[in-house]
Amino acid sequence: MNGIHDMGGMHGMGPIEVEENEPVFHHPWEGRVFALSLGMRAGRGNLDNSRHGIELLPPADYLRLSYYEKWLARLEWRLFHLALATADEIRNGKAAPDSPRFTPGLTADMVPVMLGRGGPARRDVAVAPRFVVNERVRARNIHPTGHTRLPRYARGKVGTIERDHGVFVFPDTNARFEGEKPQHVYSVRFAARELWGDQASPHDAVYIDMWDDYLEHAGT
Amino acid sequence: MTPVRHILTEMESARAQGHDHDHEHQAVPSDPALRVKALESLLVEKGLVDPAALDALIDTYEHKVGPRNGARVVARAWVDPAYKQRLLTNASAAIAELGYSGVQGEQMLVLENGPKVHNLVVCTLCSCYPWPVLGLPPVWYKSAPYRSRAVIDPRGVLREFGLELEDDVEVRVWDSTAELRYLVLPERPAPSESMTEEELAALVTRNSMIGVAKVTLPGVSA
Repeated sequence: MNGIHDMGGMHGMGPIEVEENEPVFHHPWEGRVFALSLGMRAGRGNLDNSRHGIELLPPADYLRLSYYEKWLARLEWRLFHLALATADEIRNGKAAPDSPRFTPGLTADMVPVMLGRGGPARRDVAVAPRFVVNERVRARNIHPTGHTRLPRYARGKVGTIERDHGVFVFPDTNARFEGEKPQHVYSVRFAARELWGDQASPHDAVYIDMWDDYLEHAGT
Repeated sequence: MTPVRHILTEMESARAQGHDHDHEHQAVPSDPALRVKALESLLVEKGLVDPAALDALIDTYEHKVGPRNGARVVARAWVDPAYKQRLLTNASAAIAELGYSGVQGEQMLVLENGPKVHNLVVCTLCSCYPWPVLGLPPVWYKSAPYRSRAVIDPRGVLREFGLELEDDVEVRVWDSTAELRYLVLPERPAPSESMTEEELAALVTRNSMIGVAKVTLPGVSA
C-alpha cells in the first residue's frame, strides 16, 4: 500500500536525533510488548502479515506514536484479526468465561533454540529465476493496496541485477495468507541518479532486494 | 481489501471525543504501560504466552545479544584473512562459527568498506536490522528522519553523524526490503598492527557496523 511507512526519499522529517548510551528498552512496558509480540508470533500468523499490521495504522498515528506504541497497536490488531481475542477482552484485559484456552507456543526453555534457529524465509524449492546477474531490469510501476516490499521510490526505475539471493517467500501474498508463492530475490543496483536525478552523486548507488514479481526486463 | 480500522484508533477517538464516561465498561487506560499490563494478563489467561518465556526474551536482548557480537565478527575478520574470506562469501555460516545466528539474521550479508567504497544500511519500509550481531536497533535507526533520507541524501546523513566522505568515494546504500540482513565490515584503523583481536573488538562501534561511522583509534578523530 502507498502508506506513510514507505518513506524512502521523503523530505521534512527533521534532523536525526541520536541518544548516547541508549537503553535497549526505555520503559519496562516496551520490553513486555516486544516479548509479547515475539511470544505470540510462535506458530500464529506470519511476519509479513504482522508488518502489514503496522502499515495499516492511520498516517497521523504512525508518525505520532513511538516505535513500541506501534508494536502495541499492532499486537492488539493481530489478536483481534486472528480471532484470538475480542475487542472487549482487549479493553478489559480479561478473557471471556467461555472463550477458548490455548497452550503457549513458546515456553522459557524453548527461547534460546527458537531465537538461534530463527524463522528462515528462504525456501529450498526449485523455482527458475526470471533474471540473470548483470541483466538490466525495471522495477514494475505497480501500486498494490495490500502489503508489498517494493518501495515507491524505485517503481519504474531501471537497475542491474547484482546478485541472486535464491528463493524466498513472497510477502505480498503471504501477508494475506494467500500462499508463500516462493520466488527468486535479487539484489538490484540502482544508480543514485536514476532514482534522484542530477542532484545525486554520479558515484553513488542504492541496492534494493527485489522479488521476481517486482521486476520486468528492461532491455539494453 | 476491506478497510481495517485499528482497535487503537477506535479507542483513541472515543477518548478524544470524551466518550469514556459514557462507556465505562469500555474504558481504556491511555497509558501504554497499563494497556500492555492488561494485554499480558489476557494473553497469559488465554494460554497464548508463557510469562517466563517473556522474561527470557527480554533478558536475551537486554543482556546477551548486542553489538559486541558484531564487533567480535569484525575483529576476527581483521586478524584472520581466511575468516574474512568466509565472511564475505557465506556470511551466515561464518557468523555462526562465532555462535551468532537466528531471528532477524537468518540470511546475512557482509559489506566491506574500503578507501573508495562506503556502505550504509537502512530499512526505509520498517526497521529491519541484523539482531544476532547488533541486537535491537536504536531509536534513530527506526526513525522517520533516518529512513526517509538515507536513500536520497546518504552523504548528508553521514555528515550529520560527523563523517565527511570525499567526492570520489562510492556510497552504496542498502535498503533492507527483503529477509537479507546486512552487516558492514568497517575499515581497520591504522596503525593497529600491534593490537590483539580483543583490543580491536573493543574499538568497533555499533554505528560503524551500520555504516554511519568509521572505526577510529582512541584519541584520533574521523
